[in-house]
Amino acid sequence: MQFRRVSFSASAFFLIVAICQFLFVELNFGRDFIGGTFIEVRVTSGVADLARMRTELGGLGLGDVQLQQFGTEDAVLIRVPKQPGGDAAQQFAIDNVRVALGNEVEFRLGVMEIIPRVSTEFLAQSTIGLMIAILAILIVSWLRFEWQFGLGAMIANVHNLVLTIGFMSLLQIDFDLSSNAALLTILVYSLNDTLVIYGRIRESLCRYKRMTIPDLLNNSLNSTLSRSITTHVTVTLALLALLLFSGHAIRSFVSTMIFDVVLVGTYTSVFIAAPILIYLGVGSTRASTKETTDKRFFHSQD
Amino acid sequence: MLYISPIKALSILLTAFFVCLFAVPNFISKSAIDNWPTWARNQVVLGLDLRGGSHLLLEVDDRDVRGQKLQGLQDDVRRVLRDARIQLVSPPVIRGNSVEVRIRDQDYSRGLTILRELSQPLGGGLNTTGARNLDITEGEGGLVRLTVTEPAILERTRQVVDQSVEIIRRRLDETGLVEPSIQRQGNNRILLQVPGVDDPKMILDIVGKPASLSFRMVDSTMSTEQLLAGPRPPESEIVYGTAATGNIPYILEKRVLVTGAELTDAQPGFDQRTGEPVVNFKFNASGARKFAQATIDGAGRLFAIKLDKEVISAPVIREPIIGGSGQISGSFTLESANKLAILLRAGALPANLTPIEQRVVGAGLGLDSIHKGMTASYYGAALVVVFMVVTYGLFGVFASIAVGVNVGMIFGVLSLLNATLTLPGIIGVVLTIGIAVDSNVLIYERIREEVRTGRSVISAIDAGFTRALATILDSNITTFLAAAVLFFIGTGAVRGFAVTLGIGIITTVFTAFTLTRLFVAWWVRWARPQQLAIS
Repeated sequence: MQFRRVSFSASAFFLIVAICQFLFVELNFGRDFIGGTFIEVRVTSGVADLARMRTELGGLGLGDVQLQQFGTEDAVLIRVPKQPGGDAAQQFAIDNVRVALGNEVEFRLGVMEIIPRVSTEFLAQSTIGLMIAILAILIVSWLRFEWQFGLGAMIANVHNLVLTIGFMSLLQIDFDLSSNAALLTILVYSLNDTLVIYGRIRESLCRYKRMTIPDLLNNSLNSTLSRSITTHVTVTLALLALLLFSGHAIRSFVSTMIFDVVLVGTYTSVFIAAPILIYLGVGSTRASTKETTDKRFFHSQD
Repeated sequence: MLYISPIKALSILLTAFFVCLFAVPNFISKSAIDNWPTWARNQVVLGLDLRGGSHLLLEVDDRDVRGQKLQGLQDDVRRVLRDARIQLVSPPVIRGNSVEVRIRDQDYSRGLTILRELSQPLGGGLNTTGARNLDITEGEGGLVRLTVTEPAILERTRQVVDQSVEIIRRRLDETGLVEPSIQRQGNNRILLQVPGVDDPKMILDIVGKPASLSFRMVDSTMSTEQLLAGPRPPESEIVYGTAATGNIPYILEKRVLVTGAELTDAQPGFDQRTGEPVVNFKFNASGARKFAQATIDGAGRLFAIKLDKEVISAPVIREPIIGGSGQISGSFTLESANKLAILLRAGALPANLTPIEQRVVGAGLGLDSIHKGMTASYYGAALVVVFMVVTYGLFGVFASIAVGVNVGMIFGVLSLLNATLTLPGIIGVVLTIGIAVDSNVLIYERIREEVRTGRSVISAIDAGFTRALATILDSNITTFLAAAVLFFIGTGAVRGFAVTLGIGIITTVFTAFTLTRLFVAWWVRWARPQQLAIS
């Protein structure tokens, strides 16, 4: 448990970096949040020449027209920003794009219009949901364990989420509505990991009454270490397969997951969630609560 | 605890088997399933992000709702004051969110009492909040201000959304589009998802217009020029003709003879004399009676057929129309006549709906992500199985079977619930697999540990399962609660995730604690091991 001084300072440093990164560089908001009209095209010649298409469309005077390759080499997503002058102007702009690109491309889809207000509201709603979920976790783990565990799990979770958002901002991973699902997955996954270690700590608290708390935490971490390694290797294998073979749609999600599972999740459980219990004063009352804890929790009958 | 009675074993296996069985229809073509009994036909519904289609978010026009509400209030105020013969300084006018009226001094207290009766508690008898539909305040010089309250607007908006959902459903049914999903979202929005259609404009044509039809008399007491120039009588208003007929202004009486709500049928057809496309309609009994009376009274005059904000035609009443049927002509093409007939049959929307978001998911893109996702999952599963078997030997095989059954059960339950599977939902399943593998790892690692402390094989296995149970239950109960919170608070993507996660957790606890244990128990009985391969 000596490492806690190092790990806590390191975490504090990374948290500050993540928050600064988030504040100054901002997330790379995807189309759900920038809004505009999106046209999906496939280039007939096989490989899209983005630079040339960009100059062609740039000459139309439609503002900041963005081009993005996605999925395959010939698929391009064109974003036409909201035009001043309402629906008619927007339609006119889209027609212009169609004419300018002419026969080079085949229009795969109807036009998609996204107004960022809706997505932003949705994000706000999801954030509230996330916070209530974290609060629920706090309450449940307080009921099932002790309040220190609940608080510890909550801190570990928030720590994880902040680092992950910092990571997404650093690598400029597209932040879209589906990123919500990614953040939720990370939340659930790291929660699962933290609670497994907490379960063992709780058990040790009842079993080894005279061991000092740092030793006890060390001991619990060591005995769950092989499980942690096995589980993380398995999950990482599955995620690697997803990263290599799955389509564009979930790639940003998978890379975020790998970052989180491989690095942050494990680190948080071992180096933050467990040692923070020392500061929260876990086990300070264990002599007196021994009787009740034994009855309250599942234990083997041996 | 390693002995599991045959009855228990059988019920475990049967449960797993039958739940998995419900997933089977997903792998069989739609046509083959049609002959099956209904209860066996349940399939997982693929979300729009996976199968492609149009997604439209419509918002009820707040100004429209307020406008209607105020208009109605103004009419009510005028009516009740007139019925009670109250003398007014100035007639009721709409100002902001209120209707203002000035009452003469001698009638003031009587008028105020009558106006106060217009203020009603909201929500009928079930009202618990004490909110009312109107706030009535008094001003200087006999001024009474009736303000429509926000709760009243909200209530009306919700009603508008509910009615609109019904009408949109009817309209889309008429056009024969496949399985559209129409849902209320929040207080003032409607989410419309139509699979297979990748042009949202086409859908907007059908659902974007209120299509409120009314028949009214044309006011012929003044010429159009006089009216455009001078003051208008309060009982009339100017409505313009369609662009196709040259935007001619008409002066219409505000009094409505018959509305589109009294139509029983509308069909496209051709005019017998000119051969141009028309819409033929039929009134219901009361509509027919009203229309007959109006055409008897107004023989020789013009009447107008008004659709939304335009007059589509204004024919002369040549003879009374008593049969209750008629036709609307007005520069239609066959297509536009057909469309109008559909809109009239389905009924008018109670307010304007504005599209605030249109998204299209290409069917190709959706299929592509499914295929790639499938390939990725196969590779991922293979890697996990190999790793588990290498690490735990035979126990790894047990774990792999248990996790496989787990996935089968998740899809079984999803099919049973007819749940919608979206991309976030699939992510939820993948996450569950991770947690399911973890449960098995926890148990096995615990068994290893117990063996190391010098226990016998059977006692170590027993203790491993029992002790891991506490941990697994704790983490899964907490996760389940988080999923439940997300389900109740989240919308769309988050919900899909929460559903699969929640179901996955239940099946995970089931498979890890019954199925894996059953396999291990059988193996112990059969092999009578002195040493554990996994340690």
